[in-house]
Amino acid sequence: MNGIPLAREHAVCLCHTCGYVCPAEATVCPRCEAAIHARKPNSIARTWAFLLAGLIFYIPANLLPVMYTTMFGSSSQNTIMSGVIEFFESGSWDIALLIFIASVAVPCLKFAVLGTLLVTVQRRSRWAMRERARLYRFIELIGYWSMLDVLVVALVAALVQFRELSTIEPRIGILFFGLVVVMTMFAAMSFDPRLIWDAEVEDV
Amino acid sequence: MKDRSDLTICEHCDSLYETPLLQKGEAAYCMRCDAILGRGHRLSIEQLLALSVAAAVLFVFANIFPVISISLQGLSNQVTLWQSVEALAQGRITLIALVAGLAIILAPLLQIALLFWLLLHAHWGVKAPGFKLCMRTLEHLRPWSMLEVCLLGILVAIIKLGGMLDVHPGLGLWAMAMLMVLIILIAGKDIRRLWDELGEPSA
Repeated sequence: MNGIPLAREHAVCLCHTCGYVCPAEATVCPRCEAAIHARKPNSIARTWAFLLAGLIFYIPANLLPVMYTTMFGSSSQNTIMSGVIEFFESGSWDIALLIFIASVAVPCLKFAVLGTLLVTVQRRSRWAMRERARLYRFIELIGYWSMLDVLVVALVAALVQFRELSTIEPRIGILFFGLVVVMTMFAAMSFDPRLIWDAEVEDV
Repeated sequence: MKDRSDLTICEHCDSLYETPLLQKGEAAYCMRCDAILGRGHRLSIEQLLALSVAAAVLFVFANIFPVISISLQGLSNQVTLWQSVEALAQGRITLIALVAGLAIILAPLLQIALLFWLLLHAHWGVKAPGFKLCMRTLEHLRPWSMLEVCLLGILVAIIKLGGMLDVHPGLGLWAMAMLMVLIILIAGKDIRRLWDELGEPSA
């Protein structure tokens, strides 16, 4: 359309594992022996599945406590949001913002963006293709930062172990939160950004 | 049509290009979707090999020395990376300990070991035994290696506990910070150059 040749027009396709230009009829990369596909198999269905699984896990991840703290006899449970609010109220709004971005904004953004990409690809939309491609790369880049909260809970729980005086324990919410991150990472990996551009060529 | 090895396909939109020749510090972008097609090599094989040895040493330091230590009313406690992964391994939530262990210990360890193995043989001008398997494993490990996130996690934990206890960063934290920089330098997609530099497939 705009003069840049496409791989399929020249009967070649890309090996995602090593970047080799393979003949289009190959099923295994001649260079690295990884399986190759012109498009990731069942990309849309798989991405939807992982995305919905992530969304479902996101509910208990936010409702259930992630941490149980005992301090000098008094105990409290923290969810992800209450941890953010605690930081904010104690005056360290910067840390509160950081955790808010990593634990709330990033996962929500991922849900919204992947959902939008899936719907527009299914409707073969030609709207803002360059921007959508950029959006996908952005989501791929920021996705794993959500693991922040899981690692913070791990460190804090391992450190604060003073028997009667004070202890911190991880709680079930952190499992669901970790699964949200893993599911959304799988969702981003199974989405094929080339589908965005297919709207431009196929059945036109 | 030219030889296939002189071609590059954009992995984000399937556009086909002749492989651009890039100097150190240069990068080529896809004209259709703006994704990066390739970057010029910043480091030589020998430099990468040296950095992977340094990374191995730092990995050992980051794992045997505590990353944070705390004290409270005369009691003190310290934690290594392994202990913090262990703290998650409790009953029903053990699964998440496996994910955390993969992200901050196992994936970086495998990356360093595989890179050292591949680069050492590349330095001798040969393909390492198991070359294809090692290269494919590196590709699959890359998204799961999360040392940068772990470093930020340690800093947040220090600030979080700083309000109620005495917190001291440990030696492991400094090793971890340097290791993170090295991993970014050596474990990127740049390693794919070994495919070209060590010869074409027989097929």
